[in-house]
Amino acid sequence: MSAADIQSIQGKFSNAVLDHKEFREEFTVTVTLESLHAVLQFCKETLGYDFLIDISSLDHFGDDPRFAMVYELATVDDKKHLRVKAPVAEEESVPSACDLWLAADWHEREVYDMMGIPFTNHPNLKRILMWEGYPFYPLRKDFPLAGRPSDMPDVAFSGVAPLEGGPFVTSCGTDDVVRREPRARDQK
Amino acid sequence: METTEISPTFAAYDSKIEGNVIFTRVDAAMNWMRKNSLWPMPMGLACCAIELMATASSRFDISRFGMEVMRFSPRQSDVMIVAGTVTYKMALAVKRVWDQMPEPKWCIAMGACASSGGMYRSYAVLQGIDKLIPVDVYISGCPPRPEALIEGLMKLQRKIEGTSAMMEQKKELLEDLA
Repeated sequence: MSAADIQSIQGKFSNAVLDHKEFREEFTVTVTLESLHAVLQFCKETLGYDFLIDISSLDHFGDDPRFAMVYELATVDDKKHLRVKAPVAEEESVPSACDLWLAADWHEREVYDMMGIPFTNHPNLKRILMWEGYPFYPLRKDFPLAGRPSDMPDVAFSGVAPLEGGPFVTSCGTDDVVRREPRARDQK
Repeated sequence: METTEISPTFAAYDSKIEGNVIFTRVDAAMNWMRKNSLWPMPMGLACCAIELMATASSRFDISRFGMEVMRFSPRQSDVMIVAGTVTYKMALAVKRVWDQMPEPKWCIAMGACASSGGMYRSYAVLQGIDKLIPVDVYISGCPPRPEALIEGLMKLQRKIEGTSAMMEQKKELLEDLA
């Protein structure tokens, strides 16, 4: 099981494991960025995690290191799951996992597009959702939901959406639709 | 003795004498032809496109209005139905297709997203296609039912009925000659 796998990761990379925990049968191991690629390779080749479900990233805005990479690993027969995390500081780049799982290609491009974390050794690192030349990284915490204006002549432009005081949210338990879904709510 | 009252509008036309001849204004004839063969450019970008497809197919059948000829080439289409969320990435492509359509052309913003950005108050979505191209008819709904789209198309037909392009061109011509 994954608990034993975390122990063998700790045995092989004793200095690299920063933290590990189990929460509701989900196993997470946090490793340093320097050893991330070696740990992932170990997970795939020795521990048998041959299926990369997802790669995502977190923005702990205000903390240092600011970002974190999250890799969701599994076996194809779905017997065990493992989450591998690694903290990434600003200006740091992450070694690509494309040489281990081909599925990493688009996931890493999405992380690069939305969060602005660069990858080394990626075969085709360019934006995947926004257009090439868009100057912002929209999922960063310091990027407003309404967006920012930009202009790439003949390619695309962007503007600021009218939020009118706050995101449109619904609260349950009130009597009528007017109170449940206000046009605008004060943004704190 | 029997008296027949002849309406003054049709006084000039006697089917017994003149056969298949009708008198009308050029504008009226042009508008009649235009409004009854509106070829749509289906700009299906999101779930509204599904309702657009339903409108075109057998249950609702917009061929009753002469609009069933969905043209995927802008040069053959008359009305662009923007059905769905227009992202900023797609926006200039929509504009380009619109610019390629020949005059006279009309635009229908189908659904909340195409009309105003809808629920997508976000960095990625254009807040209404009318920021880029002129819209003739807005259709509410998320997505609108096919009946609503047909209602919108009929509204557009009524709008086309009222245009007087030829009259204005004639006026301009006479002014030029004078």
